[in-house]
Amino acid sequence: MFGYLLKRLAYTVPVTFAVTVVCFLLVHIAPGDPLNAVAPADAPAEVVEALKAAYGFDRPLPVQYAKWLGRAVNGDLGRSVASGRPVSGEVLSAVGNTLLLAVVGGAAGFLGGTLLGCLAGYFHKTRIDRLASALSVAGVSVPHYWLGLLLTIIFSAQLNWLPAMGAGPGGSRDWAWDLAHTRHLVLPAITLSVIPMGIITRTIRALVAELLSQEFVHALRAKGLRHGQVFAHVVKNAAPTALAVMGLQLGYLIGGSILVETVFAWPGTGFLLNTAIFQRDLPLLQGTILVLCLVFVALNLLVDLIQPIIDPRMRRN
Amino acid sequence: MTSFVSVENLSVRFHAAKPVHAVNGVSFDLAEGEVLGLLGESGSGKSVTLRALMRLHPDKVTRYGGAVRVDGQDVLGMAPAALESFRGKTCAMVFQDPILAFDPVYSLGRQITETILRHEPVDQATARARALELLERVQVPSARRRYDAYPHEVSGGMRQRAMIALALACRPKLLLADEPTTALDATVQIQVLLLLRELQKEMGMSVIFVTHDIGVATEISDRLAVMYGGRIVEQGPLAEVMRDPRHPYTRGLLASTVTGGMRGRRLEAIPGMPPDLTLLPPGCAFAPRCGLAGDDCRAAVPPLAATGRRQIACIRAEAPCAPA
Repeated sequence: MFGYLLKRLAYTVPVTFAVTVVCFLLVHIAPGDPLNAVAPADAPAEVVEALKAAYGFDRPLPVQYAKWLGRAVNGDLGRSVASGRPVSGEVLSAVGNTLLLAVVGGAAGFLGGTLLGCLAGYFHKTRIDRLASALSVAGVSVPHYWLGLLLTIIFSAQLNWLPAMGAGPGGSRDWAWDLAHTRHLVLPAITLSVIPMGIITRTIRALVAELLSQEFVHALRAKGLRHGQVFAHVVKNAAPTALAVMGLQLGYLIGGSILVETVFAWPGTGFLLNTAIFQRDLPLLQGTILVLCLVFVALNLLVDLIQPIIDPRMRRN
Repeated sequence: MTSFVSVENLSVRFHAAKPVHAVNGVSFDLAEGEVLGLLGESGSGKSVTLRALMRLHPDKVTRYGGAVRVDGQDVLGMAPAALESFRGKTCAMVFQDPILAFDPVYSLGRQITETILRHEPVDQATARARALELLERVQVPSARRRYDAYPHEVSGGMRQRAMIALALACRPKLLLADEPTTALDATVQIQVLLLLRELQKEMGMSVIFVTHDIGVATEISDRLAVMYGGRIVEQGPLAEVMRDPRHPYTRGLLASTVTGGMRGRRLEAIPGMPPDLTLLPPGCAFAPRCGLAGDDCRAAVPPLAATGRRQIACIRAEAPCAPA
């Protein structure tokens, strides 16, 4: 078990290194000059050169990468070209907001999906199953920016129950656990929960239906176990796979909520990325992508470490 | 006096796109402490019959007919809660392939303890001690260590021993064994068989032992019932059936088995295929493969007729077989 832990930790080293290289290069491969955002198009050549030197864009790529990496390791992701503020501060506050939204939305989706999936799998090929499956297909298929707009129209514009934009009253960017802030979380979290709900429902439905037809379930019934006790065994067997899918989903939620964050003007990483791309804010873009990738790597590591705790077959090296 | 297990005209039908007539009117009795070998090919309905004795088939798709009584209880008519208490306590099952029949994410010992806790008002420690005793009784070496092992961590023979320990956890009066040695190596097979026989004698259990292996059946059974097409075609004391098989199918089965002193002789095979259980013929199910079959065989299902201690379902099996 300890060997597995070390091995799995060691795997993250090359992955993390590759992530930094790709993050750095991706932005340099993309078309467009990063200085467009700061220097006017008709700026004199010597001003452009001076700016290039100031941001370090005149150096060869490997040198730029080495310097960037060295600073990144120390927590310095440079300064935003557009705002001049340190990137790390902006990214960290955005990551906090995104994580909050992803965890709450994800938890709602996982809970709903697990419930629906267990029902659908247990009542396989009955009306309950068809209803749950229909909900799950709808969840996966509905574009979530559209659902977000629809929810905004109904609950904000028409009924005026919940705020439509931002993470807190008066454009507050810092989260607090009070009613005023929580009201802002409801609509984006619901919108975000729909896709993982659908995917988890389908995964768990298939898992449960398949497990229920296995010989060991007959054997458990032959021992005289009650329905609930048998189902507890099934759930424990389904857990490792379900958990792996949930981990991946959470990863997507953190990286992939750009549209939802934009629709609800949620000050998270998606919103930040969107801004960075449109302003050609290179350091901000690099920093945000890097932090998102690292969160993704950490999540996968976490799932891989939890799985063998549940499933003894994964403890072998 | 009524017998300990009595199966009367049992039929099991599975409702699928085409209904499957898996068991069609099976009757037999079993005394306390008796071992019945249920012999037949794949698809003859032997395992389905065995599972029907616990009503283990999925309720939604299964229709039972006839009656099953075990220890005075009406199995097919029991309420769900009573059935759950009956399973594992009065009547337990050893499954064919223990790697499939154990829950892979629970330790072997815990699965045995779980059974004991389900049926008996004892605490965790007592149940655990009992499970350890059982593992030792079925000759699992270093039982204390194996208790915490997971099914994939031990050998096939060890798993099947643990499966037997699990089945015997609450001292059942009836043990149903569904080809318990088929998934094992030949050398392990005989060890497990001997162990089962020993435990059966010691605990005085009744056993129904399903197998397709005549060698295994002769090793363990007191009485033999041969199944074909979801019906019993011949039944009687083991020695009599082996010495003097009357039904053409039983004869074919024995003729196609390798026994000692057969070197150099050609092995006989039964021509044709087992019947399609969605489309059974109106007459004797074996008629299409039988050398003796006539029109009367194909017209109606021959009844299981008693002659002495034997029962034979064949209208052409009057004469005893000439001694070979």
